[in-house]
Amino acid sequence: MSKRFLAPVFAMVGGLVLAFSANADPVDEELVIDDIPMVTRAAAPEGHPFDEVLSGWLFREAETRETEADSFANPGMLAVERGADIWNTVEGSAGKSCASCHDDAATSMKSVGAQYPKWDAEAKRPINIELQIDKCRVENMGAEPYKFDAEGQVALTSYIKHQSLGTPVKMDLSDGELQDWWEKGKELYYTRTGQLNFACASCHEDSMGKYIRADHLSQGQANGFPTYRFNTGGMVSLHNRFRGCIRDTRAEMPKAFSDELMALEVYVTWRGTGLSVETPAVRQ
Amino acid sequence: MKPGVWGSAAVALLVANMAYAAEVAPNDVKVEDGTVAQSLTGNPGDPEMGAKALANRGLGNCLACHAVSALESEQFHGDVAPPLDGVADRWQPEQLRAIVVDAKKVFGPESVMPGFYSLEVGINVRKDLVGKPILTAQQVEDVVAYLSTLKEGD
Repeated sequence: MSKRFLAPVFAMVGGLVLAFSANADPVDEELVIDDIPMVTRAAAPEGHPFDEVLSGWLFREAETRETEADSFANPGMLAVERGADIWNTVEGSAGKSCASCHDDAATSMKSVGAQYPKWDAEAKRPINIELQIDKCRVENMGAEPYKFDAEGQVALTSYIKHQSLGTPVKMDLSDGELQDWWEKGKELYYTRTGQLNFACASCHEDSMGKYIRADHLSQGQANGFPTYRFNTGGMVSLHNRFRGCIRDTRAEMPKAFSDELMALEVYVTWRGTGLSVETPAVRQ
Repeated sequence: MKPGVWGSAAVALLVANMAYAAEVAPNDVKVEDGTVAQSLTGNPGDPEMGAKALANRGLGNCLACHAVSALESEQFHGDVAPPLDGVADRWQPEQLRAIVVDAKKVFGPESVMPGFYSLEVGINVRKDLVGKPILTAQQVEDVVAYLSTLKEGD
């Protein structure tokens, strides 16, 4: 096709997008995965800026929503299956696998992922699933901690969080000093970064439901992480996403699992209180 | 040396300085009553270049948030902020310049719009961008020149 013919086609696409942009509400649909109904809308906890917390699933295109709703079609389930293999594989000097102590994850890890981050009394800081895995590997298995975003770290985290599929997110902020970290995370959520001068809240609170280019801005919830993303064709961990968002403001990125990003994880996870864990969610 | 020689040397120096100083540095731009009265460069903006800077994702990327019907060949216009159709009917060029330079000085500190010629930015700016505005002074003038063509009223 010549450029002369293509031009009107692109013009039409542009026009359609403009038309769609006018109707930018999250969809009013039910999400059921493996016969488990997901809570995608929940009354917000006290002190939340919104009345209702909304799963990012409600903001995605129909094809993306359908892919997440069908575990056979969801490419993120490959990471979950890989995580199951790792769960049962002996590693480290102690000759143990995860299963050596925790047996069947379907029982021992049920609903666990919905309660993290928790307070790590020894380290005196919050601990998420990734760091809890590392702690087990080092202290109990005699294995090396994972490098950030190592394939095994993302797969095992996905597998463990998937055992909470459908369970509403519920952290215990009275655990240790989590409340202080929540405060710190809240401050960061509203702090503008980078040359573009955006805070998390600029997009996910002030502009929620609107479009940035083709991207429908959600509340930026953490309940589906790690998620499968079509545009990179792979899994994306929560701290990878945090870093990506901060990079997009043209700022230096904090390190994964740094104090800043752990505080942000505590606060952002709390903002999704009541939403079902959807790991592995599917995004565009 | 004769005083006249000194005099012409001083004039030459002054002219050279004026040429250099014609471009206003980001920290020297005065936003007054929602306007920046003077061109940042002393040169007129080029609307064609302005349309390119406005659409380019690495420059203005204005379409991320604003729709512009005249640029419908560009895919995916955002709706975070008002469409720019007819923007020249609503604002004078001096006001448009102020908004592009630093919208927070026009609409207030809560505005989400970045300041495209401002160094009052967020924390932890990427190292290679420290002290640099998003657009050059001439790009701001070009964008303002393009925006000034977006009229619906006639």
